[in-house]
Amino acid sequence: MAVLIDLLSWLILLGGVAFALIGSVGLLRMPDFYTRLHAAGITDTLGAGLILLGLMLQAGWTLISVKLLLILIFLWFTGPIATHALSRAALLDPDNPPPILHEEAPPSKS
Amino acid sequence: MFAATALGILACMILAMARAVLGPTVYNRILAVNSFGTLTVLLIAVLGFMTGRPDFLDIALVYAFINFIGTIAVLKFIRYGDMGWPRNEPDEPQSDL
Amino acid sequence: MLHALALWLFCFGLWLLLSGYFDVPLLLGFGVLSCALVVFVAWRTEVIDPEERPLRLRFNLHIFSYWPWLLWQIVLSNLDVAKRILDPRLPISPTLITLRPTQRSDLGRVIYANSITLTPGTVTTALSGDTLEVHALTREAADSLLEGDMDRRVTRLEGGN
Repeated sequence: MAVLIDLLSWLILLGGVAFALIGSVGLLRMPDFYTRLHAAGITDTLGAGLILLGLMLQAGWTLISVKLLLILIFLWFTGPIATHALSRAALLDPDNPPPILHEEAPPSKS
Repeated sequence: MFAATALGILACMILAMARAVLGPTVYNRILAVNSFGTLTVLLIAVLGFMTGRPDFLDIALVYAFINFIGTIAVLKFIRYGDMGWPRNEPDEPQSDL
Repeated sequence: MLHALALWLFCFGLWLLLSGYFDVPLLLGFGVLSCALVVFVAWRTEVIDPEERPLRLRFNLHIFSYWPWLLWQIVLSNLDVAKRILDPRLPISPTLITLRPTQRSDLGRVIYANSITLTPGTVTTALSGDTLEVHALTREAADSLLEGDMDRRVTRLEGGN
């Protein structure tokens, strides 16, 4: 049983690292600032979530897991706020180039 | 195995740092630094497990706090030029955010 | 006064969890004092707002179905965005859309906006009055937001009906 949990936690840790890497690669590949926000979102949500979950499985039912959960909750609560503040500040800045949009007319249903 | 995870996170940090160096505008750099900070929190947590000292998690938690507050503070500084309220409405805290 | 007490209880609970000391009276006393100091500073800086009702959001059972659903949506959209990043052609179609959320309280709208931003592929860029501006990485993500499934779920969470 312990071996099984160990194996599962390694798999989850590796998955978390894979998602963090994909997010970082996206940070480099994406063409403009607003699309890079989405790439950074991957690192912030599933990358961080899976790595902390893997560490939680290693720690078991202890106070350490509670701390890891607190870190995870804090990251998931503040991540969107920081992203929103960044995108809003970038949109309001007249010197900043506007977002590149897809060629077709955007769906403007309200 | 923790070492492999730590190495992976370090690779991500290098990529994020590359974006911070390349980034054409200040917002790209802030985004990269914010991402870098999240990765640092994860790295501290993994390092705590690697060396068998879970007390590192407290440092990771505090780093997460500082990362968030630092991002907001830098954004505010860039937008208003200081850390206070915007100048045109000196008595009114921003309540719509 | 009730708010101050609630804040103190929350702080002390957090202190107990983070410190892990449950049976050393001296350290517990220090914990009680430092939490009281935090409440005093919060009261002096008027962070404890007498107008605010912290339990405005009625705790209904919807929250237990909303969180797993949101988690599942986060996983799905993560996989979608990851696939697009790894695709050599980079098949993205960035779109800006305007939404009209149906939540009535500010808290409900903030929960909705935060949920949108938390799922990769969509970012709330502006939240003013009763409109939301959303930047989506792909047309598909924008369309699924315009369908309003998440909007309905957050409104139900708010306890609207």
